[in-house]
Amino acid sequence: MSSRIDPRDVDPYLPEFMREAAAASARAPVSRREFIKVAGFVGGGLVLGFAVGARVAAQENGRGAHADSTFAPNAYVQIRPDGTVVLYAKNPDVGQGVKTALPMIVAEELDADWSNVRVEQAPISMALYGPQFAGGSMSVPMNFDTLRRAGAIARAMLVAAAAERLGVAASELSTDAGYVVHRASGRRLGYGELAEAAAQLPVPDTASIPLKDRKDFKLLGKRVTGVDNLKVVTGQPMFGIDQRVPGMLYATYTKAPAIGARAVRANLDHVKSLPGVKDAFLLEQRGTPIEFNPASDGILSGVAIVADSTWSALKAKRELEVEWDETEASKDSWSGAVAEAKRLAAEAPQQTLGETGDVDAAFASAQKTVEGFYTYPFVSHADLEPQNCTVWCKDDGTVEIWAPTQTPQNAVTAVASLLGVPEEHVTLHQLRGGGGFGRRLANDSVVEAAAISKRIGAPVKVQWTREDDFAFDYYRPGGFHSFKAAIADGRLTAWQDHFITFTRGGSEPATSANLSPQEFPANRVPNSRIVQSMIRSRLPTGPWRAPGSNAIAFAVQCFLHECAVAAGRDHVEFLLEVMAMEPPAAPAPRGLGGPGGFRMAGLDTKRASAVIELAAEKAGWGRSLPAGRGLGLAFHFSHNGHFAEAAEVSVDASRRVTVHKVWVAGDIGPIINMSGAENQAQGSVIDGFSTAMGLEVTFENGRAQQRNFDAYPLLRISQAPEVEVHFIQSDNPPTGVGEPALPPAAPAICNAIYAATGHRVRTLPLTREGFKIS
Amino acid sequence: MQLNVNGRTHDLGDIDPTTPLLWVLRDTLGLVGTKYGCGIGQCSACTVHVNGAPVQSCQLPVQSVEGMAVTTIEGIAAEDGTLHPVQQAWIDEDVAQCGYCQAGQIMSAVALLERTPKPTDADIDEAMSRHLCRCGTYNRIRKAIHVAAGQIEKTGSAA
Repeated sequence: MSSRIDPRDVDPYLPEFMREAAAASARAPVSRREFIKVAGFVGGGLVLGFAVGARVAAQENGRGAHADSTFAPNAYVQIRPDGTVVLYAKNPDVGQGVKTALPMIVAEELDADWSNVRVEQAPISMALYGPQFAGGSMSVPMNFDTLRRAGAIARAMLVAAAAERLGVAASELSTDAGYVVHRASGRRLGYGELAEAAAQLPVPDTASIPLKDRKDFKLLGKRVTGVDNLKVVTGQPMFGIDQRVPGMLYATYTKAPAIGARAVRANLDHVKSLPGVKDAFLLEQRGTPIEFNPASDGILSGVAIVADSTWSALKAKRELEVEWDETEASKDSWSGAVAEAKRLAAEAPQQTLGETGDVDAAFASAQKTVEGFYTYPFVSHADLEPQNCTVWCKDDGTVEIWAPTQTPQNAVTAVASLLGVPEEHVTLHQLRGGGGFGRRLANDSVVEAAAISKRIGAPVKVQWTREDDFAFDYYRPGGFHSFKAAIADGRLTAWQDHFITFTRGGSEPATSANLSPQEFPANRVPNSRIVQSMIRSRLPTGPWRAPGSNAIAFAVQCFLHECAVAAGRDHVEFLLEVMAMEPPAAPAPRGLGGPGGFRMAGLDTKRASAVIELAAEKAGWGRSLPAGRGLGLAFHFSHNGHFAEAAEVSVDASRRVTVHKVWVAGDIGPIINMSGAENQAQGSVIDGFSTAMGLEVTFENGRAQQRNFDAYPLLRISQAPEVEVHFIQSDNPPTGVGEPALPPAAPAICNAIYAATGHRVRTLPLTREGFKIS
Repeated sequence: MQLNVNGRTHDLGDIDPTTPLLWVLRDTLGLVGTKYGCGIGQCSACTVHVNGAPVQSCQLPVQSVEGMAVTTIEGIAAEDGTLHPVQQAWIDEDVAQCGYCQAGQIMSAVALLERTPKPTDADIDEAMSRHLCRCGTYNRIRKAIHVAAGQIEKTGSAA
């Protein structure tokens, strides 16, 4: 079956490059790809690579010529004669758990003994691994099928080698935890014993290899502890910031307080005279670094200080004085944007994004009209590991990068472009990121490190301070929704959203500041109108965990609750009713991928209804609660995950909020690692509450006003609710869980606040409406 | 000056005595398990023990701990490599997501259990609220502390 994937069908809130990668990956189903044996393993054994078409063969031949000395780990599977199974994790791990989950998929079909598996981070190679990035919750859906086949083919070759050795038919053999077993005779051969013989066999045709039935899974769906946990708990080097290279220097890079201002001059002579300082210099603005683009080689104008230690550099930075030219700098202010949004909401919208049915007629015949103006702020990613990168531009023109990036391939492209060298001369080592949340999709710190290393001719680690990290983010954009809905006979009959957002040039919303005309419930309600107005801004914006969805779900799901209340209906019943609506002239669903390929199938109202019912059931929906205590619920579909959440919240007389418990019901298909998936869902809820409760970055005259955690109060353990997670393991293809559990958390909690107090939250963070947390 | 870390004495030569302990550990001694998160004592990713008490190493000039016993995340397992029950519980409960804050969290949890072998949830809140976990692993941190406390009670000692 051919599959025609339009990148626009993939999550409309994802950056273009991710949608294209997903579409390209689905366009080339696995049956048309080839697995290859990869030459170059010292000591023999089976090494399997996987890649697309002819590019692979060329690469393999190239490697074959110098394959004997050192092993180039360019495969998913490697089985050594001593029985060790090494599995390569292709994508960066920034806490979403794919370094554990992806190899589990291979191990399942390989029938490896997980306790004997060693996981290594893969090198960067588009030819061998296809797209490598951590974003869009796409690691599992984009790789599930390929990784299963990688494991299954290796297993088939081991079985074939065993059949030959034992002189029996392959059909008489089975596999179990690292052994090929001949049940009739009781003979068992370890994978290690077979590795060398298996490596001599031709790779069978992918299509001829059967995959397991889900009911036969032994590893997938189990609780598996993270493969790097021993390193985590013993403090071994693993993060970007931990990287040390012989002869390495330490740098800070100081940019302007006003975003986009340029450094004119600085007291460089004084700075260079300070203890430990090796050099200090200005870097010119390059490209358009305030535009989010993972492959950008742009640099914000600033001043580099290079020293013999982090502390020497940080201490010198305190004495740095810079004259900034603010001609082209941002003058944006948040309070100004709020005033502008209110003004625009009262005017005719600038653009119509989508319209179905007859909205005006529905309003004319409505028994009730509901209106609400919703506001959410800019927020920062605030990865706990501040941005950093180590780069060594060597004398021979090659470049080595050690980066905790979510987009390693884009980082290579950016650095090659900056330095004017071929990408083959740039080697990137993927290091663990201390949090990603979308911040590390951008490679600005990587480009800075490359520019500084090139200038000084030595390996250098560029270390951002926490203050740098807050001041130079690609922020989750704030936004405003002016809603209007019609209710007739207790039903929602029309839905109108005048979305007010930010734009750079005036024609399109800024990155991650868009709204899909198909956004729920516009894709269900018979009459809907989605219109938009935009405010010009020079503030950098970008994807933040569950881009778009993370804020839109708050506005939409709270306003839907307003509608349910206005209609005098139970919220769950009302939501299920909206889910069951059949909009006129609904566009045919454009599913992605053929059999085996991954699918981006869109909202499935049956799956949605099932998670809504499950969350309500687990939370004891409808039970009576004491005064000041309430239950709230919300649903959101994003990243192909259906999630409903219910929150139990109390609010005391001084508006102190306590979230006692949150119940999560999710459907992301079969679970890969139950422990990891549950952890992601719990963390997403806590992240969602944390952000809704007290987080915002405001701007005055182009300057971020919050520069450290004292002004950006992330949730702490004493404030965190218990989060109970339930998954419906449907037979749909598995999808990712790094993001989709986050969006429903804030609206569920805000709806619970309404239930507890009668106060409708329409502005985030909650502190803006006078709420506080103990 | 000299510094005692994890039972070993290190000669720091003529180091700037105002250097925060955090950067001495990371850059001078290469003990990078202790993390930089905020530099202002807000996140506690930099937590180490000084004479057994959990402290934020980004706030301590190295001269202020001269002659004291500094213990870092690299120094809490037993000599033979046996993990501290808190470390083991962190693995068994699969606490970490990104893992960046966890060394600091573990240091405070170890100190808590030394003072309060059977902590209540309120004890945990009090001891652990200095720490930020951006990934939101708080449910599991709480659980792992209770599990480690149970383990220590069963075996009669820590590590």
